[in-house]
Amino acid sequence: MPLIRTPNIPGPDSFYEALIAAQRDLADDQADMLLAKLVLILANHVGDRAVLSEALALARQNTLDTPA
Amino acid sequence: MLNTYTYPEFAYVQSPEQAAGQLKRHPVVIIGAGPIGMTQALDLAARGVASVILDDNNTVSIGSRAVCYAKRPLEIWDRLGLGEGYAQRGIQWKVGKVFFRNDLAYQFDLLPEAHHKMPAMINLQQYYLEEELVKACDASPLVDLRWKHKLLSLEQTDEVATLTVETPDGIFKLQADWVIAADGANSDTRRMVGADFTGHFFQDRFLIADVVISKTEFPTERWFWFDPPFHRNQSVLLHKECDNVWRIDFQLGWDADPAEEKKPENVIPRIQAMLGPDVEFELEWVSVYQFACRRVDNLRHGRVLFTGDAAHQVSPFGARGANTGVQDCDNLSWKLALILKGDAPLALLDTYHEERAFAADDNLLNSTRSTDFITPKSRASLRLRNAVLELARTEPFARPLVNSGRLSTPTPYVQSSLNTPDVDAFEGAMKPGTNCADAPIRKDGQDAWLLNQLGQGFTLLSFGPGAEAVTVGHVTAQVLEVGKDIVDAQGILAQRYDAQPGTVYLIRPDQHVAARWRAFDATAAQAALARALALH
Repeated sequence: MPLIRTPNIPGPDSFYEALIAAQRDLADDQADMLLAKLVLILANHVGDRAVLSEALALARQNTLDTPA
Repeated sequence: MLNTYTYPEFAYVQSPEQAAGQLKRHPVVIIGAGPIGMTQALDLAARGVASVILDDNNTVSIGSRAVCYAKRPLEIWDRLGLGEGYAQRGIQWKVGKVFFRNDLAYQFDLLPEAHHKMPAMINLQQYYLEEELVKACDASPLVDLRWKHKLLSLEQTDEVATLTVETPDGIFKLQADWVIAADGANSDTRRMVGADFTGHFFQDRFLIADVVISKTEFPTERWFWFDPPFHRNQSVLLHKECDNVWRIDFQLGWDADPAEEKKPENVIPRIQAMLGPDVEFELEWVSVYQFACRRVDNLRHGRVLFTGDAAHQVSPFGARGANTGVQDCDNLSWKLALILKGDAPLALLDTYHEERAFAADDNLLNSTRSTDFITPKSRASLRLRNAVLELARTEPFARPLVNSGRLSTPTPYVQSSLNTPDVDAFEGAMKPGTNCADAPIRKDGQDAWLLNQLGQGFTLLSFGPGAEAVTVGHVTAQVLEVGKDIVDAQGILAQRYDAQPGTVYLIRPDQHVAARWRAFDATAAQAALARALALH
């Protein structure tokens, strides 16, 4: 299955709220650490190496394409 | 410093050729009497080839240096009659602990696969390993081990190499059909032939200490620390050796001053902080080891062949140095023996570079991956590394991502030009180019092991009747029939080789699979044998 690039999260606003809430009261270092852990947890859940490669490439390309 | 080991001094003997002032030509001259040079000589001897080993020193390795030997090298030494002794003498560990900062992140049990003659790995000081190799070389009529022989220069033509050698009796010359450079990471031979030694994927320094802890019940486990309180921002490894000796590797970073770090007044407090205040220890050996990851451009330069650290240098994580070198010997010996006898073309020797450079690059890749985890190069990669370690405390999924060095395992020669690709369907690991898995068998009514039946020449391992010996030129692949010559009493052999009645494997003299079929066909077997001899 290729990487899903269309909207796939039911209730996007509440998910985003939860994502922000997860970092509440954390120092910047802790918040950065939380995001790193989240990446690892989700990557393991996905498991599919091809999908993970696609996601890595997308994140990198989107970052490079964005003016600093 | 304390000494649990007394270094032997081997006698220098003037060679008859130097005494007589003769220019003698030898089939093989090996430079360096380390573990690789001596293994090479013994493997050549096992295949009927005489060699001379030249070493500029007259004792074994100073300090324990290489310490961990994996299953495949032990299997190779077992073929040479040394494996059982090493397996008995060496320390085997199963439990590993990973610490992050002040705490245990997790521990693991190696749970090695059962039903192999040789253990997954042993820890043994390099001098013990070399002692046995020296004894075996001295006992072999085909190995001429010469101490205090320093190679000064080497010239070669297409036909022969001429070596200028210095001994306590002066300078003399000798000639060789083939020269094998096993003179280590700082190989002089490499410089003499102008071989390029590049790569440089990363470089680092380690303080390596052997300490004796005699009064404490320290468990036989491997302990690895990331960023410990007693050595901030670096890694530390603790490993057990024989005789209550423990190996400690402190990562220092590239900017450290080796002379300063080596001083006992700097080393001792650091080790005390690590072991705890109540543990009494004495230093046996301290050395600063620096490395870069690199490989020689070609493992063959005319008449000169490079093996071991002279051919490739890796980081200490995963014990890849000596383990890889011994497999170089395994690959080279049978090829050189056939070429010296005129039974195979020179093209076979080029497959030594093809197969072993492929393995060296695989080792370099593994080394680089371990180092990227142990020494993150950016803030972002440090954060990810620490995230893995923090998750590992409670989350099993994160533990396989922790990379404190992967144990050296053989690299299958999956793309080798000597392989005959499968035409029949097979499951499992025994693809062409792979080293043969061992399996318990019965032979002559006794328990025995498969690998001990292989390795003298080419073998057709036939599950049931049907196969017949095939010959190409002077080389014959003999049949080893399961059910007649050996018995697969537990069914493990058939399982590991995905065998059915009629299945046949063509196995090389270095115990690697060359080809396999579901049914024997003499023409196909002969073509595969020719291919494995580089006769296309």
